[in-house]
Amino acid sequence: MSREELNRQAFKEEALELLGELETSLLELEEDPANDEVINRVFRAMHTIKGSGAMFGFEDIASFTHEVETVFDLARNGQISVSKELLDLTLLARDHILSMLEGEEQGLGERAGEVIRGLKALTPVQKQAQESPAVRDVPSTCSTDPSMNTWRIRFAPPKNLFMSGTNPASLLEELCEMGEHHVIMHTKDIPALSGLNPEDCLVWWDVILTTASSEDDIRDVFIFVEEDSDLTIQMVGSCQRIDEESYKLIGQILVEKNDITKDALERILLERKPIGQLLSEAGLVSASQVEAALVEQQEVKRLRQTASAEPQTSSIRVPAQKLDFLVDLVGELVTAQARLTQFASEQNDARLQAISEEIERLSDELRDNTLGIRMLPIGSTFSRFKRLVRDLSQELGKRIVLETHGEDTELDKTVIERLNDPLVHLLRNSIDHGIESPEERQARGKNPEGRIELSAEHSGGEVLIRIIDDGAGIDPERIRAKAVEKGVIPPDTLLSDKDTLMLIFAPGFSTADKVTSVSGRGVGMDVVKRNIDALRGRISLESVPGQGTTISVRIPLTLAIIDGLQVQVENSYFIMPLSAVEECVELIRKDEGRADLINLRGQMVPYVSLRAGFDIPGRSPEIEQVVVCNSQGRRIGIVVDRVIGEHQTVIKSLGKIYQDVRGISGATIKGDGSMALILDIAALIA
Amino acid sequence: MSKTIMTVDDSASVRQMVSLTLKDAGYAVIEACDGKDALAKLTGPIDMIVTDLNMPNMNGIELIRAVRATAQYKFVPIVMLTTESQASTKEEGKAAGATGWIVKPFKPDQLLAVAKKLLR
Repeated sequence: MSREELNRQAFKEEALELLGELETSLLELEEDPANDEVINRVFRAMHTIKGSGAMFGFEDIASFTHEVETVFDLARNGQISVSKELLDLTLLARDHILSMLEGEEQGLGERAGEVIRGLKALTPVQKQAQESPAVRDVPSTCSTDPSMNTWRIRFAPPKNLFMSGTNPASLLEELCEMGEHHVIMHTKDIPALSGLNPEDCLVWWDVILTTASSEDDIRDVFIFVEEDSDLTIQMVGSCQRIDEESYKLIGQILVEKNDITKDALERILLERKPIGQLLSEAGLVSASQVEAALVEQQEVKRLRQTASAEPQTSSIRVPAQKLDFLVDLVGELVTAQARLTQFASEQNDARLQAISEEIERLSDELRDNTLGIRMLPIGSTFSRFKRLVRDLSQELGKRIVLETHGEDTELDKTVIERLNDPLVHLLRNSIDHGIESPEERQARGKNPEGRIELSAEHSGGEVLIRIIDDGAGIDPERIRAKAVEKGVIPPDTLLSDKDTLMLIFAPGFSTADKVTSVSGRGVGMDVVKRNIDALRGRISLESVPGQGTTISVRIPLTLAIIDGLQVQVENSYFIMPLSAVEECVELIRKDEGRADLINLRGQMVPYVSLRAGFDIPGRSPEIEQVVVCNSQGRRIGIVVDRVIGEHQTVIKSLGKIYQDVRGISGATIKGDGSMALILDIAALIA
Repeated sequence: MSKTIMTVDDSASVRQMVSLTLKDAGYAVIEACDGKDALAKLTGPIDMIVTDLNMPNMNGIELIRAVRATAQYKFVPIVMLTTESQASTKEEGKAAGATGWIVKPFKPDQLLAVAKKLLR
């Protein structure tokens, strides 16, 4: 049973008990109408049913009970007497609540209306006691105002602050978490030790806070103490108001804060010492007050400096082709630089080596920068999807909220463009087939509002994009049945659940019974997979029927140049992407019979031999190297003869003929002009 | 060391909900069904008290007063559960020494936010 159902069950049981007690009490009251204790009992029972009812989703019961409770409250306060009519009506009401609880009656039907009318007739016509403004809810979530502002916050709590169990340090801490802060405590009101009561709060604070949060968020920190404290919140500096030449002068600030009068300020101005010092010496303000003003001045100045330092976001449009050309050039440069480095290391000339190192450093930076130019955050794509989800869910009569994470994750521009269509299709699928209608969801005890989470993150040398929904999930049985029906697989094929789900991407497959305008044409998913494959990415599905589905799309980050680790087996050289490599360990083959596992600081890591995997002839040396790699969360060791070292690798495609070779994703030219094959770790492990 | 929160309410379903919510978030929870019960269970470290106001035997206001009168628990944060229609009792609670309040009905997240706020 879900948490929600457990709670509802508990409430039902409790309510039934209370209704039983209520009946007994009401009957008692018939005999003894002035018995205060019983009246209180009745009131409390209804109060509890109302309160708990509202909390556990029984709004109808709660609002009906509220009507009854209100009238009985009047009886409790002696404003009306406990008459036979009142008791009759209340008993009727109690019966009605019982039938609502047992699900027989929905909400405020006829009977309920009658009862309420009857009750209202009993209430004396008097002005309703002024309901005080709704109690403000507990701290609301932050509203993101993109601009940073500086606030001056004065918090002067009452002397008896501690008597309410409040810890001002907690409040200040909460405040300080909102941004850059300076806290100045004012101690001038602390008396001498003899007159000091340690349970009094005798200090107050000025806080200068630079934050993007709103004034309401700041006020929320003090929500429980605001009424009894002296609290002022003022914005004093803003990213946007950079029109004034310089911020206010110390004296101005102090006058504004009422720490000093204008006259006193002017008097002192006639002398020449720094104003803060003078004021403090003259005893007009405490040192801490001056400090507070100084800090405020500094803070705003700083804020303005950073604001003006932010360059105008100017940009230039560049044809993508020019960038591609640039990337190619950089690639050639990197290759030439690798050869230079190799040559320099062979030469033994210190000066040459120094220059070659510098060239290496510069070309690294150039490489990173150039590839970075083409990278854009995926956020703009995500925000377009929000609109899509909204429109689509409305069209289908479903309630769905889209949550996005990782909007800052950067991807190459072309990759983002080419991902757009597949992602749209996957989202539409989730909305159309994944998330159920609100009625269905409610029937299953789910929140009628469905949730789709769209997230992007860097993981290993890849970008991982996930679409997670809490919908109906995918039933492998159904998929299998459909696949057999469409002739995608012969009927006696044995497939794991995971592989069965992957059948969704086979051409000609679709489980939608009728073709909707949104999806179901059987063309969608296989096109999606093809697009992802074209980006050298991978797509996979995980699902729990009834609970939801997670679609994971992995795309390798940069296409052209990667940092690699060069290894050797016999006379062949291979490059492994450094992003997948964790460490290298020696392997001494003692006995052949043992399982292919090594003990890595307590963790067992399986290994495979590259020599065996690629059928490279020759004998392995006594001592081999295991390169421990991490791919998709799994660790595995790859055994090679030698680990040579890091190698900046420009990926060159092998050409169409070699496209399907498993385990190899490309090739590169080494520093000495010979070739090395680039390993696809994920494919090797799978 | 996890913090201990005492929840006082005559409604078993509310107690259960509060208890589960807090336990899930890593707090230790002591349950009491009314003011008298709560006082009896006031031993050992207690970092916060969440109490309903309308209870038999000893209601929330009296409980708050009693707790503030002890030496050991004088400064413990106390949160009262109020309903919108009882604004006057909220004032009474504050006068008795309550630290804060949550309005019923409330969502579990609100409870956790208040706990986080008062239990730094």
